[in-house]
Amino acid sequence: MRELLADTGVIFGRCMRATTRSKTNLFFGMLQPLLFLALFGPLLTRLSLGVDGSSWQAFVPGVIVQLAILGGSYVGLGIIVERGQGVIDRMRVTPVRPAALLLGRTLRDVVQLAVQAALLVLLGLAFGLRAPVAGVLAGFVFVAVLSAALSALSYGLAMNVRTPPEFAAIANTAGMPLMLLSGLLLPMTLAPGWLDGASRFVPFRYTVDAVRQAYLGHYTSGTFAIGAAVTAVFAAVSLTGGAWLFRRGG
Amino acid sequence: MSTTVISARGLARTFELKSGPVHAVRGIDLSVAAGEILGFLGPNGAGKTTTLRMLTTLLPPSGGAAEVAGCDLRRDPAGVRRAIGYVAQAGGLDPACSVREELVTQGRLHRLGRAESRERAERLAGELALVELMERPTGALSGGQRRRLEIALGLVNRPAVLFLDEPTTGLDPGSRAELWDLVRRIRDEQGTTVFLTTHYLDEADALADRIVVVDAGTVAAEGSPADLKARYAGDPAAPLQDAFLAITGHGARDEHAPVAI
Repeated sequence: MRELLADTGVIFGRCMRATTRSKTNLFFGMLQPLLFLALFGPLLTRLSLGVDGSSWQAFVPGVIVQLAILGGSYVGLGIIVERGQGVIDRMRVTPVRPAALLLGRTLRDVVQLAVQAALLVLLGLAFGLRAPVAGVLAGFVFVAVLSAALSALSYGLAMNVRTPPEFAAIANTAGMPLMLLSGLLLPMTLAPGWLDGASRFVPFRYTVDAVRQAYLGHYTSGTFAIGAAVTAVFAAVSLTGGAWLFRRGG
Repeated sequence: MSTTVISARGLARTFELKSGPVHAVRGIDLSVAAGEILGFLGPNGAGKTTTLRMLTTLLPPSGGAAEVAGCDLRRDPAGVRRAIGYVAQAGGLDPACSVREELVTQGRLHRLGRAESRERAERLAGELALVELMERPTGALSGGQRRRLEIALGLVNRPAVLFLDEPTTGLDPGSRAELWDLVRRIRDEQGTTVFLTTHYLDEADALADRIVVVDAGTVAAEGSPADLKARYAGDPAAPLQDAFLAITGHGARDEHAPVAI
């Protein structure tokens, strides 16, 4: 266990250095969700988004979960490039644990997402978001777990496809309907019955509903508890599946 | 008496494709002595890279057994990885990382402490003429400099066996000659066993103590370069190409797809 943690730390450090070295990627990666929030959020202020509080209490959690889904799903593209450069094979022929190669990268993605999420909340506050600190922190935990799960799956999948276009096609096809069915931007209560029914099979719906409850301070609600349970189960399955795919691939 | 550092018996790998099984390696027997430079030759598709990937634990064998540096390939792959260095044809460098960062990270991947990794990086940089390049991104290195760095990465853990996969592909003649000297120096000064795959027959002739020629996934011939030339070309002074052609029936760069059943 100690070795796994140490190995994960080495990979995490390398990945963080790579992330912070690329200033352009970092800047535009951070800017995009902020622009989305600033330019789309104000359109919703007069709409009822299916929660008790303001539209910002529904919208900001949606954007943060969307960021976790979009960011997490596409991280695999990077590892396809690394694999082509021979970096992954070079690392696999060292004593480092294969799981650490995955966990170190996943941890980097979680840290990156946490920083983006914090900036989104700060911008949301400027626009009128009001939420309890504990709720915001609980929201961070939800999206961190979701991000880790999706990153692990994404890396695992990427290790089993040959080219970036193949990977992007799979990620797009899976990601787009899952996002639309999650009620991230508009509540699924607005949807016709069949669509609402279909969305109940999508785990992200429960995550975003739980984060919205957290932003309202409703930590003891059934929705919050169900969201926590669904997110935890999804994360456990995804991390296990991602690790298996990662080990099998390449 | 020489010690065997690589031994393989019936090592095999079959890929299960939709079109049917492909027997890339069909049962290779191999023995490499400590301190030996072994040239592993064969036409394209003969099973060289698949064998190398099995011996470096990147690919599990479908059949047979092998030991590398006293560790069983199946039972103790982590032990094998601790004892070997591997320089892939693709190189394995991140073009944005500096030479120093790559060397220190490799040390950390081999579980050296921070200070020890830095110290090892400095020492290898000195030995492989990389000192002036330590802060340079690897993407800005010349082909020869990149190869020297990749070999330095393969030596970070003081390996018993260094696997080199097509190490001089794409290098100019001057850099190739430099690299040959380096490989000899690694063997002579550190006693490291070198397992070398190459398409260049002159390279194998100049560097290898012994050559193993594989064809269609099996060992077709083995011996010293002079021995192979005498046996298959009728003259120990003949070009190795003549012997290779006699053994395999085609040139070292010819395609020879694995046999599908």
